[in-house]
Amino acid sequence: MMEIRFKLNGRDVTAMAEADDSLYQVLRSLGISSVKCGCETTNCGLCTVHMDGKAVLSCSVPAPRCAGHEIVTLEGLQDEAKRLGACLADEGAEQCGFCAPGLMMNVLALAKENPGASDEEIDAYMAGNLCRCSGYMSQRRAVRRYLAMIAQEVSA
Amino acid sequence: MMDEKKNVQAVGAPVRKKDAEALTTGKPVYTEDIAPKGCLCVKLMHSPHAHAMIEEIDVSRAQNAPGVACVVTYKDVPDVRFTQAGQTYPEFSPYDRLILDRHLRCVGDPVAIVAAQTERQAMAAMKLIRVKYRILPAILDPEEAIDNETLIHPEENWRALVPSCGADNRRNLIARGEDAEGDVEAELQASDIVIDRVYTTKANQQCMMETFRAFTRMDTYGRLEIVSSTQVPFHVRRIIATALDIPKSRVRVIKPRIGGGFGAKQTAICEQYPAIVTMKTGLPAMIVYTREESMTLSSPRHAMRMHVRLGAMKDGTIRAIDLHTLSNSGAYGEHGPTTVGLSGHKSIPIYTHNMKAFRFAWDVVYTNTMSAGAYRGYGATQGLFAVESAVNELAHALDMDPSMIREMNIVREGERMPAYYGEIAGSCAMDRCLARAKEMIGWDRKYPAHTMPDGHIRAVGMALAMQGSGISGVDTGAVMIRLGDDGIYNMAIGATDMGTGCDTILAQMAAQSLDCPVDNITVHGVDTDTSPYDCGSYASSTTYVTGMAVVKTCEELRGKITRVGAKLLGISPEDALFDGDCVREAEGERSVSLQEIANAHMTAGYEDISACVSSGSPISPPPFMAGCAEIDLDPLTGEVKLVDYVGVVDCGTVINPNLARVQTEGGIMQGIGMTLMECPTMDDRGRTVSNSFLQYKIPTRVDAPSVRVEFEPSYEKTGPFGAKSIGECVINTPAPAIADAVYNASGVRVRDLPITAEKILLGDRE
Repeated sequence: MMEIRFKLNGRDVTAMAEADDSLYQVLRSLGISSVKCGCETTNCGLCTVHMDGKAVLSCSVPAPRCAGHEIVTLEGLQDEAKRLGACLADEGAEQCGFCAPGLMMNVLALAKENPGASDEEIDAYMAGNLCRCSGYMSQRRAVRRYLAMIAQEVSA
Repeated sequence: MMDEKKNVQAVGAPVRKKDAEALTTGKPVYTEDIAPKGCLCVKLMHSPHAHAMIEEIDVSRAQNAPGVACVVTYKDVPDVRFTQAGQTYPEFSPYDRLILDRHLRCVGDPVAIVAAQTERQAMAAMKLIRVKYRILPAILDPEEAIDNETLIHPEENWRALVPSCGADNRRNLIARGEDAEGDVEAELQASDIVIDRVYTTKANQQCMMETFRAFTRMDTYGRLEIVSSTQVPFHVRRIIATALDIPKSRVRVIKPRIGGGFGAKQTAICEQYPAIVTMKTGLPAMIVYTREESMTLSSPRHAMRMHVRLGAMKDGTIRAIDLHTLSNSGAYGEHGPTTVGLSGHKSIPIYTHNMKAFRFAWDVVYTNTMSAGAYRGYGATQGLFAVESAVNELAHALDMDPSMIREMNIVREGERMPAYYGEIAGSCAMDRCLARAKEMIGWDRKYPAHTMPDGHIRAVGMALAMQGSGISGVDTGAVMIRLGDDGIYNMAIGATDMGTGCDTILAQMAAQSLDCPVDNITVHGVDTDTSPYDCGSYASSTTYVTGMAVVKTCEELRGKITRVGAKLLGISPEDALFDGDCVREAEGERSVSLQEIANAHMTAGYEDISACVSSGSPISPPPFMAGCAEIDLDPLTGEVKLVDYVGVVDCGTVINPNLARVQTEGGIMQGIGMTLMECPTMDDRGRTVSNSFLQYKIPTRVDAPSVRVEFEPSYEKTGPFGAKSIGECVINTPAPAIADAVYNASGVRVRDLPITAEKILLGDRE
């Protein structure tokens, strides 16, 4: 067991972890419920979080590597989550909701990197976020809706 | 009397799901999120062999390993056979399982259960278990199962509760039967042309994002509490009580939010393992299947081999269909006898219009492969791939447009469908679905194919589909609504929202029936101690069956509200009207508000205002659908890309257009995956090779950039507000539609799914 200190959703935290634990395991042990595990092979995107502002798969980040870094999960972005969540809900796109937090973390990263993304760019950026309920079309409509909302706010 | 309706528009509105905010803000609402701290971690040791007997098993070292609370083997479980299938009692699925068995019947079959304080400890302890196996000959090919000298279930206490389904463990048979009307041989003889073909489908995985999981604990009263990600809480109560050989009164099942089901969770895959650990230790215990376990020891679609003979005249009229289905149920019989029925009963009836005879016969067998289960479409998906493909082949053989053949032959509203249990198509807009789907894809311009400037070939293909709405005469849903403080309604349901939004659409129906905003209906479900009985969410039953229970409950509740209101007004109920806000005199000015009525019944034992009505249906009205695919084929590589897919659905009245659309888009995408990419693969020793998303590839959002959906509603008189089901029908069209588009592009007819570049490139051009 080792002690790892990092910043989680704006607060300094200390976690105990084995050397081969992943950031995902550490986050769950700290009571972060939004991160989910849908595979063991880095395919599904359910565990996406932001590390120093960039979207990463928390299952693929060795726990010790997050020492001293800044980790943000959906719990730390509740205002954005509500607005983006409303866009998803208005399309019925969240369905079972299990993939939603990971998807949303990636959308929020996309919104920063490429707020004017086209449909193709949205699909390509989000390709690593699997969803078995929605068939993706409603999610694309929701992301479009969200990006338009953001754009309007910027121009206003 | 009941009275004028106000202008409430809850039904038909794109209402947000009631749980949307919790789900999209990452709240702890799923099984694993709400498990008690310090839950034991339960892990399974899996059989490495497809067929073997445990000769010796030594768990002494494992039992004494650090953190281990208990190790369970076949010696420690009740010798009472049960089925994991979530079906109404008496189940068609044979009672052929023990929680752990000496006799291992497929790779992955559990050998031992290990419970420890942490996952690491459980996995470390498992390595200390020593097992000596006697390897038995394995049957991996369903064609070799019947009357094989190897018996997969030779045990004396194997039991079929419904012997009429033809189960016989001495022949490796789970079901055998036949349904027919008319002289099919004579009609095939009299046909100008007979399409005689064999089609096969594989054991596809549902791949819901949340794998199987449950936790268990003893409650204050010494009862076993199970919190499970399940579609069938009431069935789980019965299944686990049977498996543990304890009274059902000692089991309580709670369903939290579920991360998808698609039928996978209509089988009690994992609940028994933590349950027996809690029974033995008294401690809370949780099992969470890995994705690998979910891919290798779960409840996939029944792989089927379907032999179709379809007889038609030169003008395209279809006279007769003869279908034989061989279904592989794997090591256990879950859903075996029932899935197979849909392969014929929900494919042949589409072509009722000119049909003179049909025959549908089936065999369902045991093999030493993973046990199959329920997957959206439940056999209809397989049967429709066969029958719809045969119809497309007929069109090519007669050099006719496949849409023409369909227009001539499809069932019309009001017709009796002999192959659909003799039921009438009481509501059917399939003709309109077909016409609209053609229009949307641009069929008349695009059929059959065009060569593009880059040398690729663009082609279109089509298919039709049907399903049911619940199981006729079996499925049951009850709903309880209580009037509470200030006029709120608390609705308790036993139907299980697994992400589809049934909590919300049932609330929409209640709001419409009670003339109030949807927000005034709270929904609670499911807890087997407090929810009214519901068989669960499967067989496309919730909207139609439980929805009708909502309508009936609200009707009774309105009567009670009116009666109490009239009493408060001092008039007879016949002279009172309830408009959703208040009860008032039919002829006069006086009224009493719903709030006053609600608050009155909480004073000094005034009359209770609640209603609980159960509903079922003697019929199962089919939703219908037309689907068209446009593909892009690279003739050099055989690679197929889906360009566009359109689906037009008749699900009766659309209760929530957003949720119905997403159901359809999602179902189509799963169908596309099954058709073009998802390939369950086993090696020659029966080990599942496709054990992760790396090998078992499901569609990502770049694989099918365009899926477009519209509705052509009919009105189903027996359904709530005219509604029928939608959940399953929508997965059925992609396989046959894409297969025909591939044929139109390449001349290669692929009759075994999935359709891969290799099959197209190496296939014979016809």
